[in-house]
Amino acid sequence: MSFDVPDDRRYLESHEWALETDGVVRVGISDFAQDELGDVVFVELPDEGETVAQDEEFGVVESIKAVSDLYAPVAGEIVAVNDALFDAPELVNDDPFGEGWMLEIDSENGEQLEELLTADDYRDQIA
Amino acid sequence: MPLQTSPLRGIHDERGAKFTEFGGWDMPVEFDSIQVEHAAVREDVGIFDVSHMGQIHVTGPDATELMQRLTSNDVERLGVGDSQYAAITDEDGIILDDTVVYRLPDENERPTYLFVPNAGTDEATHERWISYRNEWGLDATVDNRTDEYAMFAVQGPSAVDLVESRTDESVGELERFEARNATIDGVECWTARTGYTGEDGFELILPWGAAEKIWAGFDCQPCGLGARDTLRIEAGLLLAEQDFDPEADPRTPYEAGIGFTVALETSFVGRDALAELEAAGVDEKLVGFQLIDRGVPRHGYDITTVESRVIGTVTSGTMSPTLEKPIGLGYVPVEYAEPGTTLQVVVRGQSKKARVETTPFIDTV
Repeated sequence: MSFDVPDDRRYLESHEWALETDGVVRVGISDFAQDELGDVVFVELPDEGETVAQDEEFGVVESIKAVSDLYAPVAGEIVAVNDALFDAPELVNDDPFGEGWMLEIDSENGEQLEELLTADDYRDQIA
Repeated sequence: MPLQTSPLRGIHDERGAKFTEFGGWDMPVEFDSIQVEHAAVREDVGIFDVSHMGQIHVTGPDATELMQRLTSNDVERLGVGDSQYAAITDEDGIILDDTVVYRLPDENERPTYLFVPNAGTDEATHERWISYRNEWGLDATVDNRTDEYAMFAVQGPSAVDLVESRTDESVGELERFEARNATIDGVECWTARTGYTGEDGFELILPWGAAEKIWAGFDCQPCGLGARDTLRIEAGLLLAEQDFDPEADPRTPYEAGIGFTVALETSFVGRDALAELEAAGVDEKLVGFQLIDRGVPRHGYDITTVESRVIGTVTSGTMSPTLEKPIGLGYVPVEYAEPGTTLQVVVRGQSKKARVETTPFIDTV
């Protein structure tokens, strides 16, 4: 089975993706991760205005069969949370790189993104 | 030790199933999606490969007495082709396993039984039967046939029509817990109106070597252990090693809500302890609950009072695909077991409001 791995973003070994636009980093989980989890039924996310450190746990995604922690790809303030997931957690399965995004972090340190896996690195990891 | 595999391991793999270890077996957990498979069984029909379930065959002049003394229900009530749900208990009345006992036809009219212990318990159960048979000096042959028989469950509102369309003999008029041999593609299958999803349907026990042929002829949704778990929780049915575990969480049939399997008028291992308990009443019992707050209850989470005093543990939990609500099972003191009682479940450190519900959570057959 082949999984979608867009080249426009970076990845964590723990299967989150990070997409930077003007210093704001949008975060979600990969196609591979949503497939491994199966039907996503619940997403627990922090509130806007909270801050996270890089690699810090910021929330939880639950499928029917498993619970998985979510880790922050960069440090910073959470400036947006995808409220749509509270009523429609299945968006994570349906569109993990688009409508299924989870939160946006105003990145304190632009270089942190460079420490993450490239799309090629991540493809190797899940191969 | 290498995992045991179903005769359909390769077929499932080709179909794109994901696998999980369960009771020492490598079994499919999911084919398409737990929600899709769950919905197929509630609304139409699905087929499960449950070849990991044990099969122990017991026959001989004293077979009835051996079964009567090692299972909690009344085996003498079974005519040929009948089956019953029963517990296997120790001297203290603790559930070691739960099982379905079938009375099989026998051309020599000897009492003959087949019972189905849970995955991974067949060897210990076989030894238990042999050991007691020898101790009691009974004349019965006990064979572990787990590796000889495959087992499929065809479940859902359309299951009877589907199975009927495949068998040479009519099986649609069988009552719940009745069974007979029926021929599918020239293969004799023990066809029982039983199952563990809360739906109508059949379980088929068939020769290992015929498994691929019989499975291939069922044109319906294949389902894995993931859907089996969500379906059985909605139906309020127990899972071994989770809702009872003789090592980690020893429970009696009365605590586990299967007191109906205990025939105190019969003589069996654990009977006296259970008679005392039945007279005295239990301190704790298994309840169903729904989480009112957002979250998903999972095995091992604490159950507390509204004052946050820990009073129990979640044994099973899920987001119910049918109800679209988080539900679970767990043991609490009897004073908190009344439906409508407000409790809390501690989900990753946060107390979530829960309410005790009547089980099964859904209408079942």
